[in-house]
Amino acid sequence: MYDVKKIREDFPILSRKVYEKPLVYLDNAATSQTPRQVIEALVDYYENSNANVHRGVHHLSQEATDLYESARVKVAKFINAREPEEIVWTRNTTESINLVAHTWAQEHIGPGDEIIVTPMEHHSNLVPWQKVAADKGATLRILPLAKDASIDLSDIDKYITPRTKLLAMVHMSNGVGTINPVKELTAKAKKMGATVLVDAAQSAPHMPVDVIDLDCDFLALSGHKMLGPTGIGALYGRRELLEEMDPFLTGGEMVLEVWYDRATWNDLPMKFEAGTPNIADAVGLGAAVDYLQDIGMENIRDHEIQLTRYALEAFKEFEEELEMFGPSDAEKRGGILSFHTDAVHPHDLGTFLDRDGIAVRTGHHCTMPLMRSLGVIASARASFYLYNTEEEVDALVDSLKRALRYFTDGAK
Amino acid sequence: MAQNDLDELYGNDLIRDHNRNPRNSAKLNSPDLVADAVNPFCGDEAHFQINLDGQGRVSEVGYEGVGCAICRSAGSMLSEVIKGHTLEEVEEISGLFQDMMFGAEPSEEQAALLGDLTSMTGVRAFPIRIKCALLAWSAIEDRISEHQRRQP
Repeated sequence: MYDVKKIREDFPILSRKVYEKPLVYLDNAATSQTPRQVIEALVDYYENSNANVHRGVHHLSQEATDLYESARVKVAKFINAREPEEIVWTRNTTESINLVAHTWAQEHIGPGDEIIVTPMEHHSNLVPWQKVAADKGATLRILPLAKDASIDLSDIDKYITPRTKLLAMVHMSNGVGTINPVKELTAKAKKMGATVLVDAAQSAPHMPVDVIDLDCDFLALSGHKMLGPTGIGALYGRRELLEEMDPFLTGGEMVLEVWYDRATWNDLPMKFEAGTPNIADAVGLGAAVDYLQDIGMENIRDHEIQLTRYALEAFKEFEEELEMFGPSDAEKRGGILSFHTDAVHPHDLGTFLDRDGIAVRTGHHCTMPLMRSLGVIASARASFYLYNTEEEVDALVDSLKRALRYFTDGAK
Repeated sequence: MAQNDLDELYGNDLIRDHNRNPRNSAKLNSPDLVADAVNPFCGDEAHFQINLDGQGRVSEVGYEGVGCAICRSAGSMLSEVIKGHTLEEVEEISGLFQDMMFGAEPSEEQAALLGDLTSMTGVRAFPIRIKCALLAWSAIEDRISEHQRRQP
């Protein structure tokens, strides 16, 4: 039995007030809140086990190394990687994708090659490929957008061809919530010999993600969107690819043996982890993964589908006033409601909601081209997580109703 | 409580009025000066056309703003306030406005120069929105300094 009340008790911040109103936190697509279990793991690490990893003979260093490496095992199991060596720690999804752009892509993308992305990429999975394409004389191709803000697949075989070298796609859109058919598109791309990178920043926190089932080559995620600390993320890479790739950053930790004029690279995954890593936050992310798995990713996904369905139903009240983006079927989208009205600018809406204690995101959500394709500059976005409730959706609807009246009728 | 705060932000209806009925919204053909600014982070835009009279004073203004209520209304107020002033005076008013947005209380004389813009003080309680109020001015200031460089 999914007990949202009990879950909420694990998150100290959810009981605080904002402007004397209970906090209604609906900005989870930007960053998630942190359960006590993760905060305690961080405190425990600093109070009891803090040391540098992989280099001391002393007891603390061994303990820190064990904690750090067991967090890697947890993340590997979480996305069903074959082995922990396929998990490279990074700062976040952006750094994970850049790692691939600066290493793998440098060797494998050349003149005339094509890189395919979806029309709803976060800037972090678009701008690196713009640069690679420009530097290498390759072509960046954007899949077309369908009316409901999903990918228009009608001409997909004209896009994914033997010229396709890389398919880089977001699993769940942070801008509009669409869940993309990653498995199907990966199969198509692989048939053409392409490599596939999945941006799982939004999907990994909210639904089961299995790299073997998806059959992708790379997958990127961020810890802070899945109950973990900021500043820690991960890149999954298939071992064969990681093995043949050059290092990203160089220096300590990533080397095996160093002479004045040369060096050899360390084994996976340390080859990609130069310098003292973010040990504490990796441990914190491990605790977040434990927490998510205790509840179960299927259960979290079910909770969010129900909440999204409830919200979509409640938003029917605004049919005349708000334009809603993304698929109308809650099964085909994440718990992200993105909406727009010509009558009130999203920032004004956001400020009004904020004074009611409701945190939503307003702006382009780092998806400027997507917003342009949807015909707007910015949208307001409410995004749910495992601790959000129907009462919070009601609070959102109520505040929105008053906001629309405040800005359009001039009524108080 | 929250509502009072909001009323302060939206200027007890003055800001909302300027937002809904921007002044000087007719576009000028072949103006003496054109000033534009865009904030790529929120997509807000401010566009001005300005005509100067024989004494170098602002005689006509055309204004179009896209964006939130704060940004649009600040631009509309600006379009009224700068009329009859030389570009040097416009720069001074811009300085006064910025000082006010960052906490200074304008004197009576200064308040008279700022006109409806004094209603923007409510925005100060919302630091993240101050840049919305300043966008239109940044367009005008950039253009004036460029204009003055060309005509020493």
